[in-house]
Amino acid sequence: MTLLREGGVVAWRNLLNIRRNPGSLVTGVVQPVMFVLLLAYVFGGSLGGDAYREFLVAGILVQTLTFGTSLTAIGLANDLHKGIVDRFRSLPMSRMAVILGRTTSDLAVSALSVVVIVVCGLLIGWRVNGTLTEALAAFGLLLLFAFAVSWIGAVIGLTARSVEVAQSLGLIWLFPVTFVSGAFVSISAMPAPLAAVAEWNPVTATATAARELFGNASPPGLAPPEGWPAENALLYSVLSSLAIIVLFASLALVQYRRINRR
Amino acid sequence: MPAGHVLALLGPNGAGKTTAVRAITTLSRPDSGTVEVAGHDLRRDPGGVRGSLGLSGQYAAVDERLTGHENLRMVAMLYGMGRKEARRRSWELLRRFRLDDVAHRRAGRYSGGMRRRLDLAGALIADPSVVVLDEPTTGLDPRGRMDTWDVIGELVAGGTSVLLTTQYLEEADQLADSIAVIDRGDVIARGTADELKTCVGGERLELVVEHPADLETARAALLVSGSGPPDSDPQARRVRAAVTNGRKALGNVLTALDEQGVPVLDVALCRPTLDDVFLELTGHHTGDDGPDTGNVHRAEARP
Repeated sequence: MTLLREGGVVAWRNLLNIRRNPGSLVTGVVQPVMFVLLLAYVFGGSLGGDAYREFLVAGILVQTLTFGTSLTAIGLANDLHKGIVDRFRSLPMSRMAVILGRTTSDLAVSALSVVVIVVCGLLIGWRVNGTLTEALAAFGLLLLFAFAVSWIGAVIGLTARSVEVAQSLGLIWLFPVTFVSGAFVSISAMPAPLAAVAEWNPVTATATAARELFGNASPPGLAPPEGWPAENALLYSVLSSLAIIVLFASLALVQYRRINRR
Repeated sequence: MPAGHVLALLGPNGAGKTTAVRAITTLSRPDSGTVEVAGHDLRRDPGGVRGSLGLSGQYAAVDERLTGHENLRMVAMLYGMGRKEARRRSWELLRRFRLDDVAHRRAGRYSGGMRRRLDLAGALIADPSVVVLDEPTTGLDPRGRMDTWDVIGELVAGGTSVLLTTQYLEEADQLADSIAVIDRGDVIARGTADELKTCVGGERLELVVEHPADLETARAALLVSGSGPPDSDPQARRVRAAVTNGRKALGNVLTALDEQGVPVLDVALCRPTLDDVFLELTGHHTGDDGPDTGNVHRAEARP
């Protein structure tokens, strides 16, 4: 209970910071708009037109939420190197609260990203074909995924020696992770080793599960993913998100305890 | 360290003051030794230590994008206060540190002195029984320094114990009940300001002559009346020596020089300053830590 209260105080402080420095929202708000338009109209024409645009939106959602982790990494690295973490560490508060506060405030930013993408999607012809409950479940699933990967960013932010390192480390892994997946293309067209990685990539499962819940079909020329993770996309997505949270929250805590700078 | 006591850690840059502070405030783990803060052992109960301690750092850790009021409210709530109480305490401290006019301005737009005061207010917000102040007046203007001294005085009057680090001898002299002199990571002396001054030696007699040629004569006169070998500074035309009975020595020396027709420009009888203490104990001055101080003799005095 204390952890949640303290995490809430830290999250409130983080959100005030973001509100007064709106530039930090570029990754979460402007970038997805750019990706929607680029992929929908540059690649979309070759990949299936309107049908591809309907398929695309769930992929962009998962990609943007994964990219949101860089915000977590930069935010924590900034606090660490500006002495704010020292201030927190001298207070009688839970160690976890500082990190939980950050992942929580970044979850709020993720929710904002989702709204932006949904509006963009509706403008380019994407529709929710399932029920309202299914759509809400899809959003819940996406935000759970966003919260989970945010802890990966937390570990990066707490490990990096400087804010610049956190920035580049926090960004570099996102490209392979989001592109070696079924978020934008068909896995079956990839070479076998890549296809195997993509098949088990939680990004694929989360995008696939969201598409199913939204009732978005794959365009004709684009074979949907196969295998156990794809057939049980919803279950696999939830399980992998939970596993990521447990693993990376523990790593983040270990890393936080190790901070002994100067 | 009894309640309401002020202990000053005194030492030049790089002496290990901040390292000691970081260990005591649980920011880093000490390699060895034990520390107890308000009855809580540092290793076994770091949470208890943090709960009874307020820290104001050397590099004021205030959140620049939060207003002064928001900064204090945040710290108060993280000490476990409820919303209302946090708000009330925050305003109380903002008024006390003359920050109420700028309470709703972002801390990033505060002047250096205002930031230090905000950081200090954060350290005091939960009324801790021990307050640790890492160089609280470094970089403050004279008024800010006086204000900080007043606050420390009030704290002590209220029964709070204060550990403060400083490189200003004057500050340690003014505020501290006891002083620990630190050099290169070791405590090299401990005691009250008076004790430290006494251990260096009693009074000193200082003479400034008008003509450089008279320096030797003055030196000879001091050698007779003083209790130790005089040291002279030709640049300032000054001679100085330790004396046991200041008044008597003063009279003798002045009479002697008068008889020899040496015009004396200035004469002073002074007790050693903490600067002298520092020089005596470490062999180098407080400010300079350069390699060229190695040739100055290193005193053996380690009380």
